Amino acid sequence: MRGVEVAVALALFLFGALVMWDSYRLGSRWGSDGPQSGYFPFYIGVLICIASVVNLGHALFISDAQGEPFVRWGPFKLVLTVLIPAGAYILGVKYLGLYVASAIYITVFMIWLGKYSWLRSIAVGCVLNAIFFLMFEVWFKVPLFKGELDPLRFLGY
Amino acid sequence: MVELSALFNGFAVVLTPFNFLLMMIGIVLGVVIGVLPGLGGANGIAILLPLTFTMPPTSAIIMLSCIYWGALFGGAITSILFNIPGEPWSVATTFDGYPMAQQGRAGEALTAAFTSSFVGAFVAVVMITFLAPLVAQFALQFGPPEFFAVYLLTFCSFIGMGKGSPFKTLAAMMLGFALAAVGMDTVTGQLRLTFGYTDLMRGFDFLIAVIGLFGIGEILLSMEEGLSFTGKSAKINPKIVLETWKKLPRYWLTSLRSCLIGCWMGITPGGATPASFMSYGVAKRISRNGDKFGTGQIEGVVAPETAAHAAGTSALLPMLALGIPGSPTAAVLLGGLLIWGLQPGPLLFVEQKDFVWGLIASMYLGNLAGLVVVLTCVPLFAAILRIPFSIIAPVIIVICAIGAYTVHNAMLDIWFMLLFGVIGYVFKKLDYPLAPLVLALVLGDRAEDSFRQSMLISQGDMSVFFSNWLVGAITGLSMLMLIWPLLSRVIARMTDA
Repeated sequence: MRGVEVAVALALFLFGALVMWDSYRLGSRWGSDGPQSGYFPFYIGVLICIASVVNLGHALFISDAQGEPFVRWGPFKLVLTVLIPAGAYILGVKYLGLYVASAIYITVFMIWLGKYSWLRSIAVGCVLNAIFFLMFEVWFKVPLFKGELDPLRFLGY
Repeated sequence: MVELSALFNGFAVVLTPFNFLLMMIGIVLGVVIGVLPGLGGANGIAILLPLTFTMPPTSAIIMLSCIYWGALFGGAITSILFNIPGEPWSVATTFDGYPMAQQGRAGEALTAAFTSSFVGAFVAVVMITFLAPLVAQFALQFGPPEFFAVYLLTFCSFIGMGKGSPFKTLAAMMLGFALAAVGMDTVTGQLRLTFGYTDLMRGFDFLIAVIGLFGIGEILLSMEEGLSFTGKSAKINPKIVLETWKKLPRYWLTSLRSCLIGCWMGITPGGATPASFMSYGVAKRISRNGDKFGTGQIEGVVAPETAAHAAGTSALLPMLALGIPGSPTAAVLLGGLLIWGLQPGPLLFVEQKDFVWGLIASMYLGNLAGLVVVLTCVPLFAAILRIPFSIIAPVIIVICAIGAYTVHNAMLDIWFMLLFGVIGYVFKKLDYPLAPLVLALVLGDRAEDSFRQSMLISQGDMSVFFSNWLVGAITGLSMLMLIWPLLSRVIARMTDA
């Protein structure tokens, strides 16, 4: 718990410093015509840094939650089983588009984690995405991303 | 009684068949969203927002606000039957609601929860009806310093009212402000914090943040807790409902107190979640059966539910009257106003009468319809949670991805959504609050604008925020809120000694 707590405080501190640096670059003082672009964000950066230093100090010296882990390995594996496929899914969206990638993602997830039969998983994946397609493309006329390869070109949407 | 005639006009707007249909759709969708893990009021509305772009604004806000009421009702179902709070504000409902369900009194607990939700919302709507026009009229005299002072008060309240570490609240809030600053500076046209990436020029849209933080983050958290939901069955019939209704008037004092706590916490942006905890705590301290709380006391369900609904509803008051939302969900609705081409702020009451009063009327009808819907269809909604998580999880992630994409039709936003999901997961585990982050992201630009305008008026002199009694009072109150965590500790030590 403590390690993650420290890491987050450090990351936020660095982010605050980055904000300060960029605001300073843009000009964080009073220009000829009023406050410059970095005027407001500069102080935001300052506040992030101050808050992070206090949080860091608290995590290092005061907090007593050091014995308790942030997350145990078992549950964390479950978190990863959602997170990693989700990343792969978004990568798939880039090439195959939202509909096809979503259908594949739901199907694979059901087979792999839910231990459903192939037939059932494919049916759920396809039917759901057919509904999404009708809803967005046909009824609400909100076109979704079809991917760089655009496998659904033949539908004419 | 100008308000009453305006309100009746509002009822006429809502009761057209199209709007009425949207209201019912909104309620049912809202309950479903409230029951499902990973989808809640804020991100549910954020995802559906793009579908309303082509609707008339009044119809759109009626549907979206009804989703909000539905989600508020839905949270109670999972808390009582499954011991899983579907929404953060229904955590306190599990304390006594779930023990009641274990004792076979699920119907009683559900009826009590729904009815008190309705009472809380009703009181809050009545308050909005009469108070919001007054506040708006008052706010017409506000200049930039006054508006900045109100923003300051909003954000200082988070620090003063928050449960956790004030510095974590500050860090999360300032992160929101910094993310809001990314992109083109609206005054000088300079690019801020983009580091040469043209994709960052648009900045971070808070809708993406809301979908990621609350949607994906929530899925990751529920994943960690395991996959199976085991729940009690929901037996509810007219006899149980009537019997519970007979008992409820006994708790009128708890109810009234919870309404007041809820309304107060909703207007000052404490939000529904702290309101429900505070109300539960106060009820426990004051009630004669206080020591039995946690074993299935009906009062322990009434108190948090009334307060949560009252707070959730009254969070819309500052959103309507001042253009400053009191909760993440209200912030999303405010984002909707901008997209539909309405300028939020005190002028809304003057220029968009149909819109404002249509919305307020739909709050009355929506909550009434919500009560009827949840009382009659509880078993159906509870059945949704029996769908295995290995189907629900990917479907919700897909819905979130679609929602994130439709905000700007940008592929990059889906990656940002995932990033915000991880941030949400880590922040939630470390008790960094998410609501101030989201609100800062929404209000950042406008808070900065009013700050700059004030500085221009005063030529860089900070004393402009104390230049008259009005702005001075608001700024002073903000400062009080800011040092409140310190002050309350000192007071506690003094009373101990």
